[in-house]
Order: sequence, then C-alpha cells, then structure tokens
Amino acid sequence: MLEIYHSLADAMSYSFVRYALIVGVLIALCASFLGVTLVLKRFSFIGDGLSHVAFGAMAVAIALNFSNNFLLVLPVTIICAIILLRMGQNSKIKGDAAIAMLSVGTLAIGYLIMNLFSKSSNLSGDVCSTLFGSTKILTLSPTEVWLSVGLSILVIAVFVVFYHKIFAVTFDEDFLVATGVKAKTYNLILAVVIAIVIVLAMNLVGALLISALVIFPALSAMRVFKNFKAVTICSVCIAVVCAVLGILISIPAQTPVGSTIVAVNIVGFIIFTVAALISRRS
Amino acid sequence: MPQLYCKNLTLGYDGKTVISELSFSVNAGDYLCIVGENGSGKSTLMKTILKLKSPMAGEIITEMAENEIGYLPQQTAIQRDFPASVREVVLSGLLNRCGLRPYYKAEEKNIALENMEKLGISSLAKLCYRELSGGQQQKVLLARALCATRKILLLDEPVAGLDPKATSEMYKLIAQLNAAQTTIIMISHDILAAVEYASHILHVGSQSALFFGTKEDYLKSDAGRIYAGSAGDGNA
Repeated sequence: MLEIYHSLADAMSYSFVRYALIVGVLIALCASFLGVTLVLKRFSFIGDGLSHVAFGAMAVAIALNFSNNFLLVLPVTIICAIILLRMGQNSKIKGDAAIAMLSVGTLAIGYLIMNLFSKSSNLSGDVCSTLFGSTKILTLSPTEVWLSVGLSILVIAVFVVFYHKIFAVTFDEDFLVATGVKAKTYNLILAVVIAIVIVLAMNLVGALLISALVIFPALSAMRVFKNFKAVTICSVCIAVVCAVLGILISIPAQTPVGSTIVAVNIVGFIIFTVAALISRRS
Repeated sequence: MPQLYCKNLTLGYDGKTVISELSFSVNAGDYLCIVGENGSGKSTLMKTILKLKSPMAGEIITEMAENEIGYLPQQTAIQRDFPASVREVVLSGLLNRCGLRPYYKAEEKNIALENMEKLGISSLAKLCYRELSGGQQQKVLLARALCATRKILLLDEPVAGLDPKATSEMYKLIAQLNAAQTTIIMISHDILAAVEYASHILHVGSQSALFFGTKEDYLKSDAGRIYAGSAGDGNA
C-alpha cells in the first residue's frame, strides 16, 4: 500500500502527470455532461461518428504541417456536428446511416492522407496514438493544457446556463417549437458543444474510444437514478472518479491511459447495474 | 375576429398533397374536434397550425403570439424511458417565458404547482415520469401544456392507448378546461366522444374537408350521419 502511495506521490511530482490529471478530469466531466443528452436523444453514435471526422481532420492537419492541429480539427468537427444534427431531424437518409457514412468515410480518407503525405518515420505509431490516444495525454504542451482548460470551462458554462433548455430539447423538441421556444438555436449550441468535447476528448482517449467516455457514465447513472438532475450529477461524478482512477492506475501499471479509463468505466457500469438489480429486489 | 383562421390551406409532405383548399376558423372558447381516418392529414394539419411544418399553400391567420399555444403531442419512444421527474417535465412547459434566463422564477414554479394541483397530480411530483401509468403520463403532459398557456390547447389524440377509466377522466379534464374558456383543438379517433364533448367538428377526408361546422350541424350532415351514425350502431 505504502509502495503504491510512494509511486503515486513520485508521479505527481512530474508536471506532465499533473497536466494529464487536470485535463483528463475536465474532459471526462464535459463528455459526461453531454452523455445524458446524447444517450437519451438516441444519438450515442454521434460521438463516434464525429470522432472519426476529427481523426480525418487531424490527418489533414498533420499532412499540412499545421502548428496547432486544433485550428483545423475544431471547425471541421463543429460543421459536421451541425450537419449531423440537422440531418437526424428531417431528411431521407436516416440519422444513423448518415453518421455511419460520414464516420467510415472520414476514417478512410484520414488514413489515406496520412499514408500519402506524412513525413513521419513512425506512421503506424502516429495512427495508433490518434486512434487510441496511447500517450498523447502525457505529452501535452502547456498551450494545449490551457486550451483544453479554457474549452472545458466554456462547455461547463454553456451546460449550466442552458441546463433547463437542454433538458427540454432532449425531452420534447416539438413541444418547444410549438410553444414558441427557439429550440433550433439550442440544438445548434448543443451541436457545437458536442464537437468541442469530441475534439478535446481525442487527446485523452483517442478517436476510437471517445464514445465510451460519453456513453458509459450516463448509462451507469441511468441504472440507478430516475430524474434528469440526479442522473446528470451522478454521471459527472462517475466520469471524474473513473478518469482519475484510470490515469493513476495507468502510470504505475504502464498501460495506455485511454483504454485504462474506459476499462474503469466498464467496471463502474457493472457495479451500477448490479446495484440497481439489488435495490429493485429489496 | 376568430382566434385562429385557416384560409385555403393545402397540406402535404414530400410533394404529395393530403389536404387541399381547407378553410375553417376557431373562436376563443371553442372546442374543435378534428376527426378523420388514418392518413387523412389530421396530424399534418395540427403540425402546420403549430408551425412545425409550413403549408404548401394558403395561410394561417392568428393574433396570438407564438408563446400562447399549448400542445399535447403524441408520446415518442424517447419519452417512454426518459429519466425525468414529473416536476421537471411540467416545469419545462414554462420555458417559453424564460427567454435566455437560465433558471425558473418562484412565480413560475408556482404556476407549475397550480397546474399539477388542478389536474390532481401534485402527489406524483417527485416520481419518475417513465414509471407512471399511461393516464398519469398524459395528465403530466397536459399540465405541461397548461404551463405554456391558458389560451389555446392543441391535443393530438390525448386518449390514445388509455384504458376506459383514464379515457373518461381525460375527457372530463379537457371539458373542464374548455369550460374555463381555454380553446381546445383536439385530434381524435373517437367520434362518439367528439360528438359528445366538442362544440365544433372538422371532418377531414381524402383530399378535402368533408365537413366543418358545429356539432349539431355535423350530426345532420351526410358525413356525420355515416360516421357518427355507424359508430353509434357499432357500439350499441
């Protein structure tokens, strides 16, 4: 026990570990805020689709030698998020098919571009870390940390200010439009926020695992709690605890950060499912 | 000046016309039932009145502001397993007075409470919406609609899927609201109830309105005799 404590204390003395913890917790928190809405709106896969878009954009940014990849990835992802949310509402291509199309399409193009243009000697390493975020979170520069912190605070602020609107848009959009509320605007805000969270989360767990951060905390919380506020608060707590545990376990165990966090989330989900079963019995 | 006047409306989707040249008006305090077969365009008509869809031709003239309409939609699959408390759902009806304000005022919370009391669901406030019975859920949605306005309520098949007891309770509540001067526009499959409670009937059939007028005239009309008459015989 003491040994673990020492190795943790040791790890905490490195700035990159502290950065990873701060950014990791903030990202997990943002992702879980949205998770409740996305799961309830049947949009769980939007996170997945958008993360592939972000991957494609990232590949282009790397190929073009952008100094800061955020500058390209963020706007592209935001635009795709808006398109996807719009499409989900009224079009002949159903929402899930549109997402599937966009996600595999951008994934393929992204990999293609990386192969064609990348000057890196370690291409498969680059691809792997973009997809699974293997070490990205531990190599953040101070600029990236501040950018992540800033964007996370923005997401949290938007969520707090629009909490009631987000609830209502999730529960029944038609009612809002009918009674004269600008539901379309709130949907748009939601789309932008989703995109920001996806791009942020790519740093933490990589493009392929983002959905896990979005979906697991919300689903775990929904096992046990029965009103929107409690579900939201609980899923945020789960996400933060899982992110901290995941990062702290991964450092001494030398496992990839992203997949460790997701593994902890899975354990959390199992615990909550069992807890729900037990409480229903008694 | 009627509260709502629909003039030469042509409605449809994907370029296909379902209703053409439909005109009718609704005065404050009316209880209008829209009846007709499946696919006759009842829901499309209601969505057009609510501005969820735009008409292919014609216009809707009203002096009401956008936030003076209450709506009770048909339940969606999403709502059936939504983790929300009754209070949260009812409160969301008040959003149309909030604008950008991020919280509900005490006065607005009181309106929500009053409406829950009025419909006899205040004891359910803390319960989970998805665990209520169908009748209770409809009352919750009705309370939410009342929070949005007292002027006019549009109800899309409010008794669909309810058992007979819950159905008659629902009809009584709606009749009470109408007696208190709330205009009601209701889509219904239940022609007998429509004839019993409504003041006016709009019967939409394939392509055009078969009938619009007061209930008394409807019963004397061809459409009324065929539909209300045969429904009556069937149930007798």
